[in-house]
Amino acid sequence: MVLCADEPLPLDSGARIGPVEVAYHTYGTLNADRSNAVLVCHALTGDQYAVLPHPVTGKPGWWANLIGPGKVVDTDAYFVICANVLGGCMGTTGPKSENPATGRPYMLDFPVITIGDMVRLHVRLLDHLGIDRVFAAIGGSMGGMQVLQLASAFPERVFCALPIAACARYSAQNIAFDEVGRQAIMADPEWCGGEYLLEDRVPHKGLAVARMAAHITYLSEAALTRKFGRKLQAREKIGFGFDADFEVESYLRHQGSTFVERFDANSYLYITRAMDYFDLPGEHGGNLANAFRGTPVKFCVISFTSDWLFPTRDSQAIVRALNAAAASVSFVEVQSDKGHDAFLLDEPELHDTIRGFLDGMADRAGLDLSREAR
Amino acid sequence: MAPMPNHSATGLRIDLKIIAEMIDPGSRVLDVGCGEGELLAHLRDARDVDGRGMELSMQGVQRAVSRGLAVIQGDADIDLADYPDDAFDYVILSKTLQATRNPRLVVEQMLRIGRHAVVSFPNFAHWRTRLDLVLKGRMPVNELLPYSWYETPNIHFCTVRDFVDLCRAMDVRIKASLALDADGDVQRFTADSRWANLLAVDAVFLLEK
Repeated sequence: MVLCADEPLPLDSGARIGPVEVAYHTYGTLNADRSNAVLVCHALTGDQYAVLPHPVTGKPGWWANLIGPGKVVDTDAYFVICANVLGGCMGTTGPKSENPATGRPYMLDFPVITIGDMVRLHVRLLDHLGIDRVFAAIGGSMGGMQVLQLASAFPERVFCALPIAACARYSAQNIAFDEVGRQAIMADPEWCGGEYLLEDRVPHKGLAVARMAAHITYLSEAALTRKFGRKLQAREKIGFGFDADFEVESYLRHQGSTFVERFDANSYLYITRAMDYFDLPGEHGGNLANAFRGTPVKFCVISFTSDWLFPTRDSQAIVRALNAAAASVSFVEVQSDKGHDAFLLDEPELHDTIRGFLDGMADRAGLDLSREAR
Repeated sequence: MAPMPNHSATGLRIDLKIIAEMIDPGSRVLDVGCGEGELLAHLRDARDVDGRGMELSMQGVQRAVSRGLAVIQGDADIDLADYPDDAFDYVILSKTLQATRNPRLVVEQMLRIGRHAVVSFPNFAHWRTRLDLVLKGRMPVNELLPYSWYETPNIHFCTVRDFVDLCRAMDVRIKASLALDADGDVQRFTADSRWANLLAVDAVFLLEK
């Protein structure tokens, strides 16, 4: 489904963008008093295909193991909404959308956006759906950053919030990795100064390298060793050349080449920039607690032991600030050796924690999840 | 850490019920080492308490969270430092003090972040423990203190009298103290009285800074 909003969206940069389209999916049924909505926020390269198979890759939705009938986020009970973010490339307005002022794609004329801008667009979607307050907002990585931003800027619109493997202030190391990705894209001659769409070209190589570098940051050394070790790729011995001798090389090349089929290089530039700019304490006088003073939102913060991209100390900083702001907060560090990607995987401890929190919160919200209420 | 005492009619462990009765209704409470949140759930339901918990084990945190409680995974020795001053009316530490690395610091932190602290612990000077040590010449292992010395999580045992001395040294006021017998029943003498050090199996102290 696509929401078309004619009214321009004001952006943190001072620019305005409009009209704006939002591509979104919903699962389950909104109940009579519109109180059972769950907003799912996707990560950097995710999209609204959280459950349904992806139209390009044909793979199951990126959170299909978590969301569905009878699953942890039970679509028999909840009305789940997942929208492609502003700047994305799966139907929501982004750099490959048509710029009404020129009649051609925005490309680099697309304004630089922030996590705050993405969240304002989500709120517009909630307005359109007639939902005053979602029961829960949940997301991992950049999705978790949106959840924090939503809870901070629109506390009256969320009952409970689950930022998973996220941070409140994007780190120098993460900015550095993003910059490597952007430079790889921009160094590809096929990028054409950002105007590849006009030239009917695609910066495959640059985008693939960006993805390969980023993908390493989503894993852990333990996971790479367990999965690949030094195993050779379809050969008995090393080849004394620069083919993919090792399985891990072949795997990364595959990750890179499948990614370019489904993602737009300029979207990658804009969305990574939005993450770089994310600094919730910076927006509140350097004190993250000020972002949550007096908040009625109930939080469940989750991190993973082996996540070095969004390490546990980032989540602890959020928990500390929420405690200082006297907010209601739960926190679990899940044992996993799978790195940052663990939030997408079938991790029993993760699923148990989310299920338990949602059940407890539904109870507290007085949410009637029986069929009759819907 | 110490053996499970009996349960009251309400299903709550007797020692937790005794602690619950010390808490004013409607107050803000932090339960350090809250387990699966039994006490917090009781305080919320029966005393309208705004409760928070801290627990080391993930299973405990998960169970507590699924009860709708706000519980964080954390360690009393480390993570109490993250709370602001005077955030709570009561900070509770039930049968955990003897397992902390730095009990004095933990009690200090509890009274920094809370107006009151409630501390319960097993009394190492109970006559059975003394008898074990004197007659057998070995670290006591019995139904009250079930661990061998080499595997016990209880690294800082103290006696009731030791604890009273610590409160004095820290200039902390003992607002109330209870001595419990092996069944968890409250004795007629208070825990800071002369008999308690010999006869109390467990002690509960309500402290005020």
